[in-house]
Amino acid sequence: MRVPLSWLREFTPVEEPPERLAHALSFLGLVVEGTEVVPAPFGGIVVARVLATRPHPGADRVQLVDVDAGEGEARQVVCGAFNMKAGDLVPLADVGAVMPNGMEIGRRRVRGEWSNGMLCSAPELGIGPEGGEPAIFVLPPGSAKPGQSAAEALGFGADIVFDLEISPNRGDCLSVVGVARDLAAGLGLPFSVPAPPHVVAEDVPAAAVAIDPAAEDRCPRFTGTVVENVKAALVSPLVRRRLALAGMRPINAVVDASNYVMLELGQPNHPYDISRLGGGGLVVRPARAGERLVTLDGTERQLGSDDIVISDAEGRAVGLAGIMGGADAEISPETTTVLLEVANFAPLTIAETGKRLGLLSEARTRFERGVDPGLPPAAVDRFVELLGSGVRRGETTDLRPRRAAPLEVPLRARRANLVLGTSLSPEDCAGLLSRLGFEANQRADEGWVFRVPTWRPDCTREVDLIEEVARIYGYDKLRRLLPARPARPSRLAGWQLARRQVREVLAGTGASEAWSSTFLSGRELELAGLSPSPAVVVENPLDTSQALLRTSLLPGLLRALRSNRERQAGALSLFEIGNVFAVPGGPSGDLVGSGGPEATFLASLASGDGHEGQSRAGASLGGFFYRAVEGVVEWEQLGLVALGAGVDATYAARAWEVIAGALRVDGAAVVPAAADLGPGALMGLPALHAGRRAVLAVGGRPVGVVGELAPEVAARNGLAGRVAVLLADLGPLLSAPPRPLVAREVSRYPAVDLDLALSVADVVPAGEVAATVRQAAGDLAEEVVLFEVWRDRSLGEGRRSLNFRARLRADDRTLTEADVGEVRERVAAATAERHGAELRGAAPTS
Amino acid sequence: MNAISEAVERAKVLLEGAGSVSELRAMEPEAFGKRSDLAKATGTLRGLSPEERRRLGRALQEARAELEALFGRRLAELERQEAKQRAESERLDLSEHALLARRAGGALAEGLAQPTQRGHLHLVTQVREELEDIFVSMGFEVAEGPEAEDDWHNFQALNMPAHHPARGMFDTFYLGAGGEGSALLRTHTSPVQVRLMVSRRPPIYAVVPGRCYRRDTPDASHLPVFHQIEGLVVDEGISMAHLAGTLDAFVEAFFGTGRRARLRPSFFPFTEPSAEFDVTCWVCGGEGCRTCAGSGWVELGGCGMVDPAVFAAVGVDAERYTGFAWGFGIDRMAAARTGLADLRDLVDNDVRFLTQF
Repeated sequence: MRVPLSWLREFTPVEEPPERLAHALSFLGLVVEGTEVVPAPFGGIVVARVLATRPHPGADRVQLVDVDAGEGEARQVVCGAFNMKAGDLVPLADVGAVMPNGMEIGRRRVRGEWSNGMLCSAPELGIGPEGGEPAIFVLPPGSAKPGQSAAEALGFGADIVFDLEISPNRGDCLSVVGVARDLAAGLGLPFSVPAPPHVVAEDVPAAAVAIDPAAEDRCPRFTGTVVENVKAALVSPLVRRRLALAGMRPINAVVDASNYVMLELGQPNHPYDISRLGGGGLVVRPARAGERLVTLDGTERQLGSDDIVISDAEGRAVGLAGIMGGADAEISPETTTVLLEVANFAPLTIAETGKRLGLLSEARTRFERGVDPGLPPAAVDRFVELLGSGVRRGETTDLRPRRAAPLEVPLRARRANLVLGTSLSPEDCAGLLSRLGFEANQRADEGWVFRVPTWRPDCTREVDLIEEVARIYGYDKLRRLLPARPARPSRLAGWQLARRQVREVLAGTGASEAWSSTFLSGRELELAGLSPSPAVVVENPLDTSQALLRTSLLPGLLRALRSNRERQAGALSLFEIGNVFAVPGGPSGDLVGSGGPEATFLASLASGDGHEGQSRAGASLGGFFYRAVEGVVEWEQLGLVALGAGVDATYAARAWEVIAGALRVDGAAVVPAAADLGPGALMGLPALHAGRRAVLAVGGRPVGVVGELAPEVAARNGLAGRVAVLLADLGPLLSAPPRPLVAREVSRYPAVDLDLALSVADVVPAGEVAATVRQAAGDLAEEVVLFEVWRDRSLGEGRRSLNFRARLRADDRTLTEADVGEVRERVAAATAERHGAELRGAAPTS
Repeated sequence: MNAISEAVERAKVLLEGAGSVSELRAMEPEAFGKRSDLAKATGTLRGLSPEERRRLGRALQEARAELEALFGRRLAELERQEAKQRAESERLDLSEHALLARRAGGALAEGLAQPTQRGHLHLVTQVREELEDIFVSMGFEVAEGPEAEDDWHNFQALNMPAHHPARGMFDTFYLGAGGEGSALLRTHTSPVQVRLMVSRRPPIYAVVPGRCYRRDTPDASHLPVFHQIEGLVVDEGISMAHLAGTLDAFVEAFFGTGRRARLRPSFFPFTEPSAEFDVTCWVCGGEGCRTCAGSGWVELGGCGMVDPAVFAAVGVDAERYTGFAWGFGIDRMAAARTGLADLRDLVDNDVRFLTQF
């Protein structure tokens, strides 16, 4: 909404400098998006009196005009218009003047006659519609002196235009009067809207208008007024200048007056050419199913009974109520009599019709936010006033089928003080609200009951009044306090701290954190070796490459590897933590984050067991799957990819060790990706190298995968070299209880290191053997490590030697050889039985 | 005709005999590509009568199609075979490597792990953690929730029924799976506040960071996928003065001593009274510069007192409890911190960018 300051001053005597006003408007919630300083127009244009007009000796289409421009001598001008006569006051653009369109006026010769300047038309001055016969703008007789500046003579000073952003609740401020009212209230200035004269010509008939009963609930008020002799209508240049400043083009007197009323009062209205209305009247009615109407913008609209139309007395639709007029009954230069519609429509019906038709208009914007139902009579009077004394109007036919009782809202001062932290008395509140037109009309419990002004349909509750009190009181005057009781000492939840730790330790390994979009295409999933079928579809994507939600972090991380490689980056290690999504119950063969075999995954979704409960449990709203919405399952995933010299699957396995170690997760293990986990147990596996992948488990429950990108997938991505991959479901990882911290006394007795070289078949995972060794070694084993893996033909085909070292120590004595021998025997027996291991070599000594 | 079938037979023998993917690919030109008998036969078409040409052309086309199909079958077969062989020949026991990784620690270690170059946390993560820490130090908990939401949590419970004009402030991505258009990507983290209030009794002092989605075309200052942090306080005796004071304390902690927050009236359907909040310009410290358009203040986010309609929707007694909420963008804060001119750099994942922070 563009609001010229000179227009605001019609209603309130603001004198503050523009910056102060902009500040005041912003602090009333009327955001000033821009302040435009408009200099006084018409530099170099003065008023001149026509002394005589003479034919041009060498041309028919121009004439010579002698004018007095206040210089005491006649000046000759060549002019292409013939509408002025001796004695008229006209604008003269002096030699050297620059016109609004940028043209500079020079002294020039036209067919042998000198022209010392140019007489101006209304369009040339920017205050009249284009087109029509060329005509010089003639000022009212006696309104100016020759030589006076034209701007001064027309009352056009410099101006300031505020460009305001009006929030959706403030329909009343889509008008100059509304803005002026708020501004006056904020600055504590007087405010009034002058009442226009109400002059009715007895012989002009009252308008024939009606509301169909079926439309009554959607049309609280409808008025019609006949205005005759509009050919004689004349709007003042000031009206046109203000319309231009507000961003509207001058069209003709009737349309300009209509627009001016809408901008000034906020009351949309529509003038119809009465001769083009069948039966000469208007009816508001619901549209008929399938009814069509060509609106003013030339578009044919298909309507239904949810829409309301204005039709003529013969039932033909001539306008879309409250949104846009029809093309048929539009006024034209031939129009002599106008039927002016000024009405009020229910916001919801206008919003729905407007939205369905995708039709934006000034009228819709206002009606869907709520227009003051009290406005129509004054708006009619103002419209007629603007058209000048040449027109004549009849009595207004005013239909008001549903007259809402004035809204009364009580306000307790105590409540206002509670919400605002103020200490206002009931009278203080009444004083502040009265500036906005709220009337305190009866005393009530701890305050007053206020009558809400009809232009504020947004204020229906006590809290709405409290906001008005706060606005006028001034947000900047509110106290600044801290809540008296911050709930309790606070800290991050355990899983949130654990997640931060995952980030930290991964950064410690040299990996950097990436952030990729949630959106991707099916092609991108396939490129990463994943199936698009479980992906959730976005109904209205920005483009087709972003039509799905990611089911895995892998595609985004691979994209990052590709783009960095294209930019000649060297070795790369990138990780990301973020939510991924899938359709429940669908094929989930390659989603990482099932938390277990597919069956468990789907069962937990179906019952929502635990997880949903978990997610509703307040503080820990995360860490598991979310099933907030029917049809979408969502969970948080960790992804890591690395590429560079020496990088292979073992890089990812080592990264997992670092994470599991930092989180002190019990029973974190790397287990082979055996087929018996069931189909699709661990999603993401198909994208991985079949010989170089493993399952990550916590407490026997699979939580992720680790390995190397399958060579064919790497090749499709143009990635030369081995790509290490880790994908894990973060929820179970973060919520696994860490090993308790128990202080154990440090033994002061010497230790014995026992080396255990176990020959084991290649297919037996080292992790399982290690677990057995640890268990068999028992309490004496302070530490067990795998320090070497040795492969040699002498061990037999398909076998390797896992060389463990156990540090043995007792708390209460020095160990004997017998103790050590016992441990050795136990390990040998247990590993032989469980893994077919063979303990090699002689008993060591230390 | 015979010549064609003979050529096809010869080519079949070639393709069937290939022992590896690379061998198969090498045979393509000879079997049905540029150097094949079929290609040569195609070259002779020109000299034939139109009818002959048509007949022979069709036969050649069929022959080629047959060979291409065979080629595809063989390729898949050999790829599968090679993947299987590779799986065997390159097999690694990753549990072994996980165990070996532990050698570096503990008393039995013979050497130390090599110190490595540290990686970098994403700028947005760093700013988010800093914001979380400030609010945790002020007694707030950090709550999180799902990004895929329903209409009730994202709009209706926040006083935006269907057709509410304020919905136009939030351009929404809808998800196809939900049916009836009910599933959507949250446009703010406010639905988590709704979930908190539904599941818990006041007092509530919480901040809600997270990823949000709005259907904006990306440009230097807008991303369709962005991060927000919102705060919520619900307790007895909470007023707008506490909102102003809390924001002041936060602004001072994040931007530095002497920096302030100021409130301007605004409109949000879920708060009443509503406000925009500005902070002292972080570039000029309030003197006026290009960043703040000379005003000394920069708009940061929205805030206000929780609207009683929201309390009614989530079942909080609005007579007994009052509350306030605020929200702003983490990405924009990150940009403010670092002088980042284009938010799109945040999602580009260029390591030269990531490793700056």
